[in-house]
Amino acid sequence: MAGFLLRRTLFILLTMLAASGIAFILTFASGDPATMLVPRREGEIPDPEIVAQFREQYGLDQPLPVQYVRYVEQLLQGNLGTSLYYRRPVRDLFVDKFPNTLLLAVLAVITALVIGLPVGALAAVRRNTLTDRIIVIICAVLIAVPAFLLALVLVFFAAFQWKLLPMSGTGSPGHLVLPVFSVALPLAAGYVLLLRTNMLNQVNSDYARTARAKGLLAKLVAIRHVLPNALIPVATVVSLDFAYLLTGIVLVESVFSYPGIGLQALQAVRNRDVPVVMATVLLGSLLIGIGSLAADLVIARLDPRIRLRG
Amino acid sequence: MAARRFLRNRVSVFAAAVLFVIIVASLLSPIIARHDPDKQYRREGLRAGMPIGPTDQFWLGTDGLGRDMFSRLLYGARVSLGIGLAASALAVVIGVLVGSTAGLLGGWVDAMLMRIVDVVISLPSLFIILLFVSIYKPGLFITIAVIALLGWASVSRVFRAEVIAIRERDFITAARSLGASLPHIFGKHILPHLMPLILVSIGLSVPAAIFAEASLSFLGLGVPPPTPTWGGMMQTGIQYYRLSPAQVLLPGMALVTTVVCFNLLGSGLRDALDPSMRNL
Repeated sequence: MAGFLLRRTLFILLTMLAASGIAFILTFASGDPATMLVPRREGEIPDPEIVAQFREQYGLDQPLPVQYVRYVEQLLQGNLGTSLYYRRPVRDLFVDKFPNTLLLAVLAVITALVIGLPVGALAAVRRNTLTDRIIVIICAVLIAVPAFLLALVLVFFAAFQWKLLPMSGTGSPGHLVLPVFSVALPLAAGYVLLLRTNMLNQVNSDYARTARAKGLLAKLVAIRHVLPNALIPVATVVSLDFAYLLTGIVLVESVFSYPGIGLQALQAVRNRDVPVVMATVLLGSLLIGIGSLAADLVIARLDPRIRLRG
Repeated sequence: MAARRFLRNRVSVFAAAVLFVIIVASLLSPIIARHDPDKQYRREGLRAGMPIGPTDQFWLGTDGLGRDMFSRLLYGARVSLGIGLAASALAVVIGVLVGSTAGLLGGWVDAMLMRIVDVVISLPSLFIILLFVSIYKPGLFITIAVIALLGWASVSRVFRAEVIAIRERDFITAARSLGASLPHIFGKHILPHLMPLILVSIGLSVPAAIFAEASLSFLGLGVPPPTPTWGGMMQTGIQYYRLSPAQVLLPGMALVTTVVCFNLLGSGLRDALDPSMRNL
């Protein structure tokens, strides 16, 4: 177990190093941040001397490998650098924005589970009835809707037609409803289909047949015996989803101008704000690493047949 | 046998038929569409820059620049589907090559390739895509390449497992003991067995590729205008969204229909080729 955790932690660090290396090369290949970010008037060509000064100030005059090594050194001391665009420590930017994204992601996953699990179990218990068919069709369509399109559809009805909810921004709980549902509904549809399939696969297993043969009602077997086992794969998918969500909410945040790390990353890419982009990529790979580690731990905990090997 | 099993699955057959119609229509778009998708029809008496509703001449109305929506949807299908198919085909080809190499050679090559796969899978892909398109000018080929470069890793795991299973079978041992080289064994004896799985993998990864293209174009980082793509149409439509939601919803519906059909077709093919994987 300890060996397993150690190996996985090392792997997460390795992935972060690889991701940051790729991001580093890519951001610098995309153009010189100095010429873009030096303060100037509209349409004016920046003074070469000021550009040179800017480069020196932010260490951009060093060769790339030197800059990367220096970046990693700073990173190991817990320093994420200074945003070239906002001239503020990157850590402060993330302290501002990350809680918003985290809140959105947590609420979305909870909503998806609250909707998805009962509906999925219902569809499985009522297999091949009209209820089941309707649920499956709705879910098959929902998983095919990109979150940003769903966001736009929800905006059209809830904000334009019925004027129930604010369209974008933050400030009140009402501002969260549309972003949360845009993210949660496709997730919920995925959970419904997954749970339904798992339950139907388990209904014919030996333990379920034994329980029914002992005279238990089929529905009781489905809920007391089959459901817990069918939930194990769902638990894995949820922990993986959660990590991808934190990095993949970008489009929904951009539709709703929601001030999270996704929107911030989008702006940073446009502004060639290297340290912010780098920090986002690092955070993203860290979260995905933690998510897949959590997924493995959850399975090992729930399914006694699985042993983690160091 | 597999074909008969597939044909018995009415939902998948229907999905295949819809996709066939969409693909044929998009290929024939110069004949079906009555207007040049990029031509701006500005008419007197219309407020400049306002979309109009359906008329005899413009079956689905025009967008804000006075371009025919129907023609743009059809031509957009070419680009969106083309990118989706090309990107997932490329991803599957890379995945098959890497997975088969790892599975066939084993040992340290296998270990090294699979660690690379692990890393690629753990990358925050959307951010990496954003970085890529911010470097190279957004365009058709860079979009395809980027989607494929981040999609091959999970495919290669599937094919590695498959190749390892095939490798142990008697006909491979027979070919080996006759002195056949590894490339020969792969091309003559293993690849034919992988063909069905390759088909299924492409079908199942097209939706993700179409999503990625639409997201990029919607952020203004995909194929640049005026080329019509569904994601790009949604992006231009959004400024008239309150007045004319069709600008966003029509390309959106086209995209959702296509993705639903690919999902149904993909799972239908998978069930037909391997009934043991069938999930009720």
